Amino acid sequence: MPAVSKGDGMRGLAVFISDIRNCKSKEAEIKRINKELANIRSKFKGDKALDGYSKKKYVCKLLFIFLLGHDIDFGHMEAVNLLSSNKYTEKQIGYLFISVLVNSNSELIRLINNAIKNDLSSRNPTFMCLALHCIANVGSREMAEAFASEIPRILVAGDTMDSVKQSAALCLLRLYKTSPDLVLMGEWTSRVVHLLNDQHMGVVTAAISLITCLSQKNPDEFKTCVSLAVSRLSRIVSSASTDLQDYTYYFVPAPWLSCKLLRLLQCYPPPEDGAVKGRLVECLETILNKAQEPPKSKKVQHSNAKNAILFEAISLIIHYDSEPNLLVRACNQLGQFLQHRETNLRYLALESMCTLASSEFSHEAVKTHIETVINALKTERDVSVRQRAADLLYAMCDRSNAKQIVAEMLSYLETADYSIREEMVLKVAILAEKYAVDYSWYVDTILNLIRIAGDYVSEEVWYRVIQIVINRDDVQGYAAKTVFEALQAPACHENMVKVGGYILGEFGNLIAGDPRSSPLVQFNLLHSKFHLCSVPTRALLLSAYIKFINLFPETKATIQEVLRCDSQIRNSDVELQQRAVEYLKLSSIASTDVLATVLEEMPPFPERESSILAKLKKKKGPGAVSVPDLEDGKREGGELNGGGERGPDSAAMSASNASTPSPSADLLGMRSAAPMSAAPTSAGSLLVDVFSEAGPAAPSAAVNDDGFLRDLEPPTETSGLSSELQTPVDSPFNASSRRFVCKNNGVLFENQLLQIGIKSEYRQNLGRMYLFYGNKTSVQFASFTTTVSCPGELQSHILSILRATKPVEPVVEGGAQIQQVLNIECLTDFSEAPLLNIKFRYGGALQNLSLKLPVTINKFFQPTEMTSHDFFQRWKQLSQPQQEAQKIFKANHSMDTEVLKAKLLGLGTALLDDVDPNPENYVCAGVIQTKGQQVGCLLRLEPNGQAQMYRLTLRCSKDSVSLRLCELLAQQF
Amino acid sequence: WIRFILIQNRAGKTRLAKWYMQFDDDEKQKLIEEVHAVVTVRDAKHTNFVEFRNFKIIYRRYAGLYFCICVDVTDNNLAYLEGIHNFVEVLNEYFHNVCELDLVFNFYKVYTVVDEMFLAGEIRETSQTKVLKQLLMLQSLE
Repeated sequence: MPAVSKGDGMRGLAVFISDIRNCKSKEAEIKRINKELANIRSKFKGDKALDGYSKKKYVCKLLFIFLLGHDIDFGHMEAVNLLSSNKYTEKQIGYLFISVLVNSNSELIRLINNAIKNDLSSRNPTFMCLALHCIANVGSREMAEAFASEIPRILVAGDTMDSVKQSAALCLLRLYKTSPDLVLMGEWTSRVVHLLNDQHMGVVTAAISLITCLSQKNPDEFKTCVSLAVSRLSRIVSSASTDLQDYTYYFVPAPWLSCKLLRLLQCYPPPEDGAVKGRLVECLETILNKAQEPPKSKKVQHSNAKNAILFEAISLIIHYDSEPNLLVRACNQLGQFLQHRETNLRYLALESMCTLASSEFSHEAVKTHIETVINALKTERDVSVRQRAADLLYAMCDRSNAKQIVAEMLSYLETADYSIREEMVLKVAILAEKYAVDYSWYVDTILNLIRIAGDYVSEEVWYRVIQIVINRDDVQGYAAKTVFEALQAPACHENMVKVGGYILGEFGNLIAGDPRSSPLVQFNLLHSKFHLCSVPTRALLLSAYIKFINLFPETKATIQEVLRCDSQIRNSDVELQQRAVEYLKLSSIASTDVLATVLEEMPPFPERESSILAKLKKKKGPGAVSVPDLEDGKREGGELNGGGERGPDSAAMSASNASTPSPSADLLGMRSAAPMSAAPTSAGSLLVDVFSEAGPAAPSAAVNDDGFLRDLEPPTETSGLSSELQTPVDSPFNASSRRFVCKNNGVLFENQLLQIGIKSEYRQNLGRMYLFYGNKTSVQFASFTTTVSCPGELQSHILSILRATKPVEPVVEGGAQIQQVLNIECLTDFSEAPLLNIKFRYGGALQNLSLKLPVTINKFFQPTEMTSHDFFQRWKQLSQPQQEAQKIFKANHSMDTEVLKAKLLGLGTALLDDVDPNPENYVCAGVIQTKGQQVGCLLRLEPNGQAQMYRLTLRCSKDSVSLRLCELLAQQF
Repeated sequence: WIRFILIQNRAGKTRLAKWYMQFDDDEKQKLIEEVHAVVTVRDAKHTNFVEFRNFKIIYRRYAGLYFCICVDVTDNNLAYLEGIHNFVEVLNEYFHNVCELDLVFNFYKVYTVVDEMFLAGEIRETSQTKVLKQLLMLQSLE
């Protein structure tokens, strides 16, 4: 029996616990517990009033039973009774019971709050602490309502005992996290800040947590804490190892308090006051110096405590990112840790260096450790350490070392743990693309990726390699040759077949001169893989075959033979059957010219940010892994807990993944991007993400005309080439909705029959849009109807109440114009556009049009004027990686200053003058108004006239908004 | 800040569970099992840190007991690691060579020790002398 338990009675409890421990089976335990519960129940119900001791004992037994995992549905009242006992041990058990078994019965809550109130005003520090701990542990709204105004008073009162102050500070912190609206610091602010000066280190330790949390929310009100924190830190850092007595831990003075002080300083930019700044830099230097001194003890506790401070100091140095000397010293220190025998230190050094790598001052210094990091990737036993090494390699990669790093990562991938393969693949793909000097290296790298880790190569990765090959004619021949060789392997990954099929279908002709890769050899090679592939890949291969017929007429007979066989033309899969039938028909009836037009080489894709990068960001983002069960904390802790909301895009992504139609791998479908971007089910799908902008390129206009003509004829069952071509292609509408990002009025759509004009106005989170439908013909449009729909995400309340004030007239006379008004309310941020569907009869034929309405998130901007100082302060505050979105892109339009200014103003933000030190750059600020919240957005556009390039950076308080705005805007310039 | 503190033995029996944010009972049980699963597979050559959902677990093993603290990913690993050790040294002093059974039979006292050192998910007091003095004072009260 433990020493302590002997003296303090409750023998019954010890016996009961022993009994439970002696139970041989679960059944025996339950039996013993039920016996005890019956006993306790009868005692509580009995006529004889129980004395305090018995009550305490039984309540404690109930608590023990509850902690074993059994339900307890009585005893609350007895526990509450214990609260009013004036014996500490009884009170303590009562408080413990109600903190562990929180109950929502309002009568009980009233009684509990009453008891707490009595204890708070008792002036007995022990009782006050018990009451405060109970509030801090329960932290309910009711308690906040009852005590939020009382606790600050206790905290700052002159006669409050130190231990009570400690409890009061943290109790208040808990209430602030639960119910910030109820905790009003106002008049107390300055006295709370001055607790940093308290002579009791424990009070400072507790109070600083409260101050840090409050500072994050109200930095301006608490900014006096900076100089106080610096002087406190300076006193600790410069004290000898024994000066602080009780607060020295293994020869390290006040390690936890030092860490908390350094963390508080990370809520603010570097101190403006030169003296304070100088003192702080001195502290940081001292901390770095101490790391080099011989240890005062061999105990790991000593070095851990010392290094805890060191890592926190390095975090602060990185946060300031303004002292090159300190940054480089930090980097050197971490470099030493990289080879330390403590795994913990190696891990933390890798993690910390990762952030150092992104600072311009220390990037080069970090790079010098490349060999050590590569070695870590190869030899570390703990997978989480290897993961950090991979992260660091990724962060330190630039043009000078890309080939080496990519090669190392590829070779690591062969043995990498399954848990991190997918992320590794994305990283390799991104680095390969970002730093590709010659694109043959890029193609080799990606094909290697598919070879080594094919299962982990997501669609984005292979879409991207195709996109790049199509855009660079210097690499097409090489790509064709390489995939051809890769496909020779007896077992190759299906992703390789996809890439191979696509590339040979487009560029097989470039290697057809070599008899070893003649058209028929190519075809036979591809077709040898066909039967082992899944339906989407087979569909893609069929499209490659029809492209072969166009590229190499000599393969026509062989391929028609294949298409004609029963396994194709009667395939049970509708998609495959339809392709086989249509391609066979197309190849036999269309003239060579028509064939050549329909199957023309893919037009280049517009340059844009890699969707792989977006995927990685999403993966890494805090919302990427959804933790619904931790949501409570999100509400409690706000941004403190670091868990952002799950971005709407990722939600859309998973939704559409589930319903992605099989033709998503369609070659022709990509060309006529219409059904993908228009069909609600695929809104936000990966394919759209990569290719949605394929539309406006020149050749697709021809396709659109086809579609339009087709529309003039009555549609018949058999006339469609393929379902994709039947719907009028909305690519020009994509283009037109893009035109409306920076303006509100203009012509949305026009063809030979119909013109649609648009006028819109926005205020706060509301908008009104006037649509004008003009009949350009002399014949009446009958049964004219319009419907507005919100695809996928939108529908689920992202953007809602998009409704016509009244339906349009069903008849539009020749030459007449009718008007329609839409009201729009933005509930929360969104990225898809609502669809406008228009149907009418012209002559005998039914016309059907789908357009994207130009409603974009930036319409809900309110401009914000701010000074340069404010701007950069806010900029720094939005420093989490996922809050930033950046794109570097080629100028598509004039780079004239006035044009740019007009566009940026049209965007809805305030264009800030004299903010950016470089007058060439443009800086804007605004707040997006949604019903639920306001999203602050900062924008910086850096033109490079010489290179005809822009760099666009967005930082917003909500990740998804940064991404969306960046996407939208990159198309504007 | 700390989301929860768990003390478990190797078999997965919980010897202390202290929660600093709201979870329902099922969720608590799930977290307890998950933590046990990620922590017990690790050996001495591994770090004392494990990524855990959107958080991380800082843990240290003492004989058959795992002391685990769940904190934000940006929190200071070593500070919490030593926070655990500081707590263990206090328990050791208070219970005179603490063993697992002390925590079982005196579970209600362990809560008091925790509340002295950690409150509202933050470190409240770090001085072993001050904490022990306070605990002995409370011990002497009736």
